[in-house]
Amino acid sequence: MSSCRSLVAAALFAAAGAALAQTAYPGIGRAATAPEVAAWDIDVRPDFKGLPKGKGSVSQGQDVWEAKCASCHGIFGESNSTFSPLVGGTTKDDVKTGRVARLTDPAYPGRTTLMKASTVSTLWDYINRAMPWTAPKSLSTDEVYAVTAFLLNLGGVLPDDFVLSDATMAQAQSLLPNRNGMTTDHAMWPGGKPRKPDVQGSACMKDCPVDAGHASLLPDHARNAHGNLAEQNRLVGAQHGADTTRPAGAAVAAAAQPQKPEPPAALALLNKNGCNACHTVDAKLVGPAFRDIAKKYNGQADAASYLGGKIRAGGSGVWGAIPMPAQALSEADARAIAQWLAEGAKK
Amino acid sequence: MDRNPSDPGRLQRAPESFVDRDGVRTVFAQARHGRRDFIRSAFAAAAAGAAAPLALGQSNPVPAAGGDPNILELPEHSKGLGQPVATDGYGKPSKFEANVQRRPSPGLTQTSQSSVSFAPLQSLFGIVTPAGLHFERHHQGWWDIDPSKHRLMLNGSDPSLLKRPMVFAMDELMRLPSVSRFHFIECGANTGMEWGNVAVPTVQYTHGMLSCSEFTGVPLRVLFDLAGVDYKRARYVLAEGADGSSMTRTIPMELVESGEVLVAYGQNGEMLRPENGYPLRLVVPGVQGVSWVKYLRRIEVGDKPYGTKDETIHYVDLLPSGLHRQYSSTQEVKSVVTTPSGGQVLLDKGFYNISGLAWSGRGRIRKVDVSVDGGRTWRAARLEGPVMAKCLTRFNIDWVWDGKPAIVQSRATDESGHVQPTYRQNRSVRGTRSIYHNNSIQSWLVQESGEVKNVQLS
Repeated sequence: MSSCRSLVAAALFAAAGAALAQTAYPGIGRAATAPEVAAWDIDVRPDFKGLPKGKGSVSQGQDVWEAKCASCHGIFGESNSTFSPLVGGTTKDDVKTGRVARLTDPAYPGRTTLMKASTVSTLWDYINRAMPWTAPKSLSTDEVYAVTAFLLNLGGVLPDDFVLSDATMAQAQSLLPNRNGMTTDHAMWPGGKPRKPDVQGSACMKDCPVDAGHASLLPDHARNAHGNLAEQNRLVGAQHGADTTRPAGAAVAAAAQPQKPEPPAALALLNKNGCNACHTVDAKLVGPAFRDIAKKYNGQADAASYLGGKIRAGGSGVWGAIPMPAQALSEADARAIAQWLAEGAKK
Repeated sequence: MDRNPSDPGRLQRAPESFVDRDGVRTVFAQARHGRRDFIRSAFAAAAAGAAAPLALGQSNPVPAAGGDPNILELPEHSKGLGQPVATDGYGKPSKFEANVQRRPSPGLTQTSQSSVSFAPLQSLFGIVTPAGLHFERHHQGWWDIDPSKHRLMLNGSDPSLLKRPMVFAMDELMRLPSVSRFHFIECGANTGMEWGNVAVPTVQYTHGMLSCSEFTGVPLRVLFDLAGVDYKRARYVLAEGADGSSMTRTIPMELVESGEVLVAYGQNGEMLRPENGYPLRLVVPGVQGVSWVKYLRRIEVGDKPYGTKDETIHYVDLLPSGLHRQYSSTQEVKSVVTTPSGGQVLLDKGFYNISGLAWSGRGRIRKVDVSVDGGRTWRAARLEGPVMAKCLTRFNIDWVWDGKPAIVQSRATDESGHVQPTYRQNRSVRGTRSIYHNNSIQSWLVQESGEVKNVQLS
């Protein structure tokens, strides 16, 4: 039905133009204003359509980097503690050829952003729309240019004295290590030329050749790596979950009870208030591990009230240079989290 | 056990976020050299593990005397007064169903805001995914957005590509003629951990970045018509989210013109869940989930593809040649047996209903074949109707288990004639480092003990 109506709408368009078209669904939608479009239309295309005027140098980028990026990505963009590394794996030769040679080496572990990126517009747009991770869209246009320049400098793509701007983006593009590394010549892009699927299975039904050569299985020591699978299956049914806390082949426990882990309420509060963006219970992320905080204030009589205040006020210096901004969570939540910390940050 | 607690035992690491460099190196090394035994030895191990007798569990035991106490002694619920209506204004599953949850895969990602939770396919029936069990993939955390403040904007990369840029409020979008359609959504990285070798134990983790819902919304074409889009020149569409990541993806105009692409607010009879993009998301049937932009705030029409972060730096498929496939969008023909499946235990010999899911981004499923002998012999399974385009199709087939080791597989064929390939066939063309678009045939080894394991033959 709707398709009929839109066909009618299309026909009206053809016949009478935009003025009449509005009558297809009168009262629905309005024209966007120029400031509205400017506020949201932030995308930058590979041909630099959408790229705003501005500039930033490698050295300005270093300042922004160290203040706002290094805590997750590392001083040299090499860190894999929070995200995949950004920098590494590219060579001077790659800058010449536009193909990252290491991508052909199956032994090379992982892929960095600079090994993959084929368009510099994408790096600029990525940083501009989504970084820093916990405060996206907070960088100025010039800061985005500067950080992009610094990142490319870390990767040996741009020289130390480079100033990236709307005028020099094309130059940066011509040096990007993987600029010739993409293909759209495949059957999975419905916007491309029609192609047959590259891999076709067999329709054989009887006496089919089988791959009897090798098999891959999870090693026994990984049996319980995803938790007890008995607790991840329904209690009744054609099959029950294997009790992976016991060795393979052991008899199934008669009637496993449903396991709904009841984590401490503080863990939910950490989620709710976004604390997990920078902290984890066991390991340092951007900020210290909760367990380390608990350890530091273990036995301190006023730990709960002190930490409750710190959570809301923020601070820096105790755990290194990266500051924790003031947090807008409720006093009750802050108190509950602080109490949980003072009691040892148990999961 | 000399198990190192910091080693979760996976053979290959996360699709997008690697853990530590040493770990990755070890994992790659293992993938190259080890962990691959002859299938015969897998069978042998299966047989050895079965020294214990088959009596694994009795769900309906023969009574010792007189009869089953569950029958003879009337339970509380037969003798008392039950609970009143509306005890819970929004009903929840039985407390006995608490094991059925979406779950993350330990160690896959380092942050829980840029992460994945997998749908429990092993516990689901039919084709519809309950909204609360729908898989999640967030790139920068999820939000619960006030729908009265949410807006959708349409504009052009160049003003000349439409008659006027427009803004819609949710109230207005929901006044337009709506359509409701069943479609699957699958992450491009679904089964990505398994490209090199077996890495995870259950179908929840191998295939659980897959869900299927009835979506309700407005064909995007209707909005384009309202805005007067120049279809001749505007051959590409950019969809953009309102969240921190402001996800952007390029969609070819052909898909919009077909009427299939929806601006959707409804999911299985209610509004979208916040984790799935409340109040508005794009539905792009047959295309990988990342293009189904959540918290949809803006759609731009343009004359060129956009090369966005999630089609240039992520979601690019590495080939053995070192080239990456860009804009790989279509989810190709695929199927998996969900019962019995990895991590489960068959309780006894005898009859089983092998059941699973098949789907294709190129249309309807035409046929699903099932093998219980590792691919030597195949039988056609029953397809449960209705069989819908770009939607999950449930298949079933009878099986009497004789208690001997068996390898259970399924193989789907779609209406375009595309047959789901084996791991060997896929790897011979795409290698093992693609991360994305792994539609290989899944094998489950049923051991004599009744325990089912994830295995790969190649």
